[in-house]
Amino acid sequence: MTRGAPTVGVVKFASCDGCQLSLLDLEDHLLEITGTFDIVEFAEATSRRSPGPYDVLLVEGSVSTEEQAAEILELRAQARTLVTIGACATAGGIQALRNWADHDEYRRAVYAHPEYVASLATSTPVSSHVRVDAELHGCPIDRGELLELLSALAVGRRPQIREDAVCLACKRRGVVCVTVARGIPCLGPVTNAGCGAICPAMDRGCYGCFGPRPEANMPSLTGSFLASGGTRADVARLFEGFTAYAEPFRTTVSDLRGRGPEEDADAQQ
Amino acid sequence: MHSSDEYAERDIDISMLTRVEGEGSLRLRMRDGVVESARLSIFEAPRYFEKLVEGRKPDEVIDIVARICGICPVAYQMSAVHAFEDCFGVEVEDGVRALRRLMYCGEWIESHALHVYLLHAPDFLGYASAVEMAEDHADIVGRGLQLKRLGNDILALLGGRAIHPVSVRVGGFSRVPRRGELDALRHMLDHAVEWSAETLDWVSTLDAPAFERDVELVSLVHPHEYPMNHGRIVSTRGIDVATGAWRDAFEESQVPDTNALHARTRSGTTYLVGPAARVTQCADRLHPRAGAALRQSGLGGAIAANPYWSIAARAVELLHASSEAVDILDAYTRPDVASVAWEPRAGVAAWSTEAPRGLLFHRYEVDASGFVRAAQIVPPTSQNQGRIEDDLVAFTPTMRDASDAELTHGLEQLVRSYDPCISCATHFLDVEIEEVP
Repeated sequence: MTRGAPTVGVVKFASCDGCQLSLLDLEDHLLEITGTFDIVEFAEATSRRSPGPYDVLLVEGSVSTEEQAAEILELRAQARTLVTIGACATAGGIQALRNWADHDEYRRAVYAHPEYVASLATSTPVSSHVRVDAELHGCPIDRGELLELLSALAVGRRPQIREDAVCLACKRRGVVCVTVARGIPCLGPVTNAGCGAICPAMDRGCYGCFGPRPEANMPSLTGSFLASGGTRADVARLFEGFTAYAEPFRTTVSDLRGRGPEEDADAQQ
Repeated sequence: MHSSDEYAERDIDISMLTRVEGEGSLRLRMRDGVVESARLSIFEAPRYFEKLVEGRKPDEVIDIVARICGICPVAYQMSAVHAFEDCFGVEVEDGVRALRRLMYCGEWIESHALHVYLLHAPDFLGYASAVEMAEDHADIVGRGLQLKRLGNDILALLGGRAIHPVSVRVGGFSRVPRRGELDALRHMLDHAVEWSAETLDWVSTLDAPAFERDVELVSLVHPHEYPMNHGRIVSTRGIDVATGAWRDAFEESQVPDTNALHARTRSGTTYLVGPAARVTQCADRLHPRAGAALRQSGLGGAIAANPYWSIAARAVELLHASSEAVDILDAYTRPDVASVAWEPRAGVAAWSTEAPRGLLFHRYEVDASGFVRAAQIVPPTSQNQGRIEDDLVAFTPTMRDASDAELTHGLEQLVRSYDPCISCATHFLDVEIEEVP
């Protein structure tokens, strides 16, 4: 690290640690990154700790306990630039499926003493709680996009993250469409690119882990899934994945299931 | 009456364990030099995976359970896919079976290289992180990163990406690689073998605290193979049950005063899973190169008895996994079909595989349409937690004269030597939320 290098913190809420691991997975660039930035907080990787302030704070995970709801407010105050990384932080993650369910039943089913488990009824994205300066999508995030983000922050330019759908990435990669050729349901038309279209390239449908495109035409896609024989529950399950709580997937799931999720407001009780 | 000596009562409180996966804390209470309690507690937020998979179909479950852990997603996919295939009577092709071992080799290499070089080694050499260690030992850290990268490359080739790969399906894979796609990787793996051998040579020179204890070691044991996806659950003290019969030998039981459930043997004792258990029980089934290197290191006994020497067990397994990966690639012919057809069947789908951190048991109750109706997942760290606490109690008196800072460091180092994956453990039964004042 160099004197005066921008300080970086990496913190987590409810998550699998995979997105912060993506930073360590930048193996070939890791020592360059640590030479450019001063990583002052990253509990998974270093015993050195810092409560802030941070020039850049990378936040993994969804807000799912009262402590986390309070902590994100503190962290926001310590961060000049706050970037959420991954489907949990940007969309609530797979654990946000509990937002449609009875949280008390979940707690009773998994824990013998549910009263000792202090978790909120909802799992919500960081942006439901504080202002977020940038987001990296994905479950997990793409290493290349993370490297681009850090490179841009290092020199103070805008990160060049491509904004289009998996369908376009698929065409660029020259992959035969799994839906057209084989009738496999695929969320590629409505999902953010960034993964490199790996699911179609692996002969399966996209499952939406980079989250919905804002302009997604949901009625058209769900209509075609229903027309090809899927039940409403079958189609709902396609969207009940790692970014189900992000709009417009959230409304689609609620419409197909005939029930809505707990609202964000509950997360800030 | 207790002594009024100000040193008689001593509390060590590590509010955030670092260089472990996930968020946990350690609290230790001593009185008159005797440890009254050691509590590894976990404040990682619960995510309720066992409920999240209810009402889902097998291939969806495989995608979902991967998200329990970003460090060992393949392990979760493997225990799940084998459980379902066993329940439905699915027989996969030999080539698919070999590719699944190759995938596990990739995950062991990635996970073990991460732990040995980035999380654990800084303790032995007195650094706060691998980044600081790299300032003095750039070549060593560089070797670890390269090795880790090759593990990730194996995963990306077979699964599309290293973290949460996408190709594992009931019946096989969604896609299997053509022979030519493996050539670049095959070339690099010769380096992985070489770097793994160097890793074991290097860790053998490290200085570990002299702390030994007698512990029951549990792993899968297979008649011919080093255990990954197949074998029986066997312990050093006589447990021997089928891979799906974990509940016959173990139970998740409540520990007084903690309100947390730990896994114990049916006779109520703690036990240890993971690389040290595998190396100890299956040394004769290691790849010949890894077996010879283990014998030459002379560390077999230390690996079984001293938790700090788990670093050597991981190094041995790095050499095993990279050597086996080479053999699998050299013998590879593309399976005729990536995946065989299957039909769901009502029943109990239960299986254990060897995650990098040890035995990982999954059990799903499945209905006739293939929907999961109930799930139980027992990750390795849940099983090790009781043993870690027992070891902390046994270890602390050996540092009676140490300052609080030294003792704190010693305890943290001991916890890290188990490579606890708190992200995994948390989402199940072992959570204790403790109010830290």
